[in-house]
Amino acid sequence: MSTVPDAAAGAPARVAAPYMNPYLGGVGLGLVLLAAYVAMGRGLGASGAVTSFVSWVVSLVAPGHAAANGFFAEYLEGGLGHPLKTWLVFEVLGVLAGGFISGALANRLSRTVEKGPRISVAGRLGFAFAGGALMGIGAKLARGCTSGQALSGGAVLNAGSWAFMIMVFAGAYALAGLMRRQWR
Amino acid sequence: MNAPFYKFGAFGDEASLVIAFVIGTGFGFFLERSGFGSARKLTAQFYLDDLAVFKVMFTAIVTAMLGVFYLSWLGIMDLALVDLVTTNLWPQLVGGLVLGFGFVVGGYCPGTSLVAAVTGRIDGMVFVLGVLAGIFAFGEAFPLVKGFYESGDFGRLTLPQALHLPYGLVVFLVVVMAVGAFMGSGWVERRFARPAAER
Repeated sequence: MSTVPDAAAGAPARVAAPYMNPYLGGVGLGLVLLAAYVAMGRGLGASGAVTSFVSWVVSLVAPGHAAANGFFAEYLEGGLGHPLKTWLVFEVLGVLAGGFISGALANRLSRTVEKGPRISVAGRLGFAFAGGALMGIGAKLARGCTSGQALSGGAVLNAGSWAFMIMVFAGAYALAGLMRRQWR
Repeated sequence: MNAPFYKFGAFGDEASLVIAFVIGTGFGFFLERSGFGSARKLTAQFYLDDLAVFKVMFTAIVTAMLGVFYLSWLGIMDLALVDLVTTNLWPQLVGGLVLGFGFVVGGYCPGTSLVAAVTGRIDGMVFVLGVLAGIFAFGEAFPLVKGFYESGDFGRLTLPQALHLPYGLVVFLVVVMAVGAFMGSGWVERRFARPAAER
C-alpha cells in the first residue's frame, strides 16, 4: 500500500503497528463480551480475580485471620475446591495470554514506563502505585471495576453499573487538571 | 439451543474454566489491539484530544447490549438467567468516584494494567501491585465499612425497571446517545487538539 514498513504484515522492521480502529476494536470487544453472556450468562471481569488471589495469599500467611474476615472468607469459599479455581481467575489468565499475543504480533512488547515528558520515572511509578491502590479500594466498594461494572453491567443495562460509570468519568475528569503534569 | 448455555447445563464447571480462558484471551487481545495497554492512550480521553478509548468502550457496550437484546427478543437467550451485580447505590457512587480518581492518577484500571504489565510496561506492573495493596486494605477494613458497603440496596435492578421504561426503548436511547457521542467526539478532538510540537 505504501512505503511505510507494516509491522503487522510481517515486515522485518520492529516498528510498533498502529492501534486498531476504535470502532472495530469496540465491536471485537463487544462480541467477546456477548460470547461470555451467551455461553456463561455472566460478563467479563478483572478485579474479582485479583481479589481471589489476595484472599488466597492472606489465607496462606494467616489462615485464621482470613477465615474470620467476612470479605476474604467469601472469596476463599468461591472456588471449585481451591480459592484460585474460579471462572474469573481463568479468564484473567486468558487476558494475560491474549494481551501478550496481541502485543507480540504488533511489535508492542517493550520494557518501558508510560508517562509524559515532564515527570520522573520514580514520580510516575509512585503515582501508578497510588492510583492502583485507589482503584483496588474503589472497585471493591463498587462491587466491580471498569470490566465487571462499566463494560459488562453497562451492556445488560444494570442500573448500578450506569450510576457507577457516570461517577468514574466524574472522578477522572475532576482530577485530570491536577494530574496534567504526569501525562502531558 | 437455549442460552446462556452454562445455565441450561450444556457443560459443567470444569469445561467452563476452559471457556473462561478462551474468552479471556479474546478480551486481552482486543484490549491490547485498541491501545488499552498504554496509560498515555487510556488517559488521553481525559484531556479530550484523543477519545479512542471512549469510542472503543461505548462501541463494545452497544455491540454486546444489542446482541443480548436481540437474542432475548428472538427467544434464544433468557435474560432472567443473566447474572447481574446487585445495585447498592451509595457504595457504587462513592466507589466509582474513587475508581475514577485512581484511573487518572494511576493511568490504568485493573484489567488494562494486566495487559500493560504483560506487554512490559513497568508502570503497569507497579499499578498491579497497587491494586493488590488496595484490595488487601479494603479487606482488612471490611468490618468497619461493611455497613456502608451494604447500604442503598436495590437488589437486582435494571435501568428499564428503575426508569419504568420498556427494555427495548432504553436500548434504543442508549444507541441514540452513543451515536450522538461518537459524532460529537470528532468535533471535541479537533477543538482540543494539541499543537503538533507538543505531541
